[in-house]
Amino acid sequence: MIYQLDFWLMVILVLFAILALEVRDLLAAVGVLTGFSFLMALLFAKLGAPDVALTEAALGAGLTGVFLLLALVFVGRESED
Amino acid sequence: MTSRFESVFLFVVARAMVPLIQVFAFYVITHGHYSPGGGFQGGVMLAASIILLRVSMGDESYERFPREAGIVIAGFGALAFALLGFMSMLFGGNFLEYALAVPGMGADELRYWGIFFAEVFIGFLVWGALVAIYDALETGGVE
Repeated sequence: MIYQLDFWLMVILVLFAILALEVRDLLAAVGVLTGFSFLMALLFAKLGAPDVALTEAALGAGLTGVFLLLALVFVGRESED
Repeated sequence: MTSRFESVFLFVVARAMVPLIQVFAFYVITHGHYSPGGGFQGGVMLAASIILLRVSMGDESYERFPREAGIVIAGFGALAFALLGFMSMLFGGNFLEYALAVPGMGADELRYWGIFFAEVFIGFLVWGALVAIYDALETGGVE
């Protein structure tokens, strides 16, 4: 176990989550969410769950980003609230 | 999407990446019964390779992988998985118990190949379903 790596992964994960909620540009929000999923996959792999990590890397960091970008084509880039 | 940007870099990189993604997806599917991964993860990777073609090549990709193919592949996978599960019920076992009466194969070997084919059919199902979801989203839900 490398506790420092765990700690900094967790800190960056929380920062990415807050940034994805707070950023005004929805395209940037999708990018940050994809980065969040990738860090999540790293953390899963480090916690000894390679099966879950593979799923998270393929679905969360791959296809979810594409589907959200495709939704942005229809709803536009600007956040309403 | 109706228009696309002509980009040599995007086109070349997509053409180079798609076969590598597919080979790794086949590796993940066929080794799913004794290593991390399996039908779902490999099927997601296969769908990702097709969606990379869709994003980078635009309307040209519909000639290679037509719009109807996604739902046909998903239906084939679901039907074959259900048949594999019900086949052992014909021989007196439970659903997906692989209690088939194949001569010359022990119970362990039957279970090995049963799980292998279940993973392959799940891979087909997930591959086709995710490509079909992408195609439905791209057209806005209308044909």
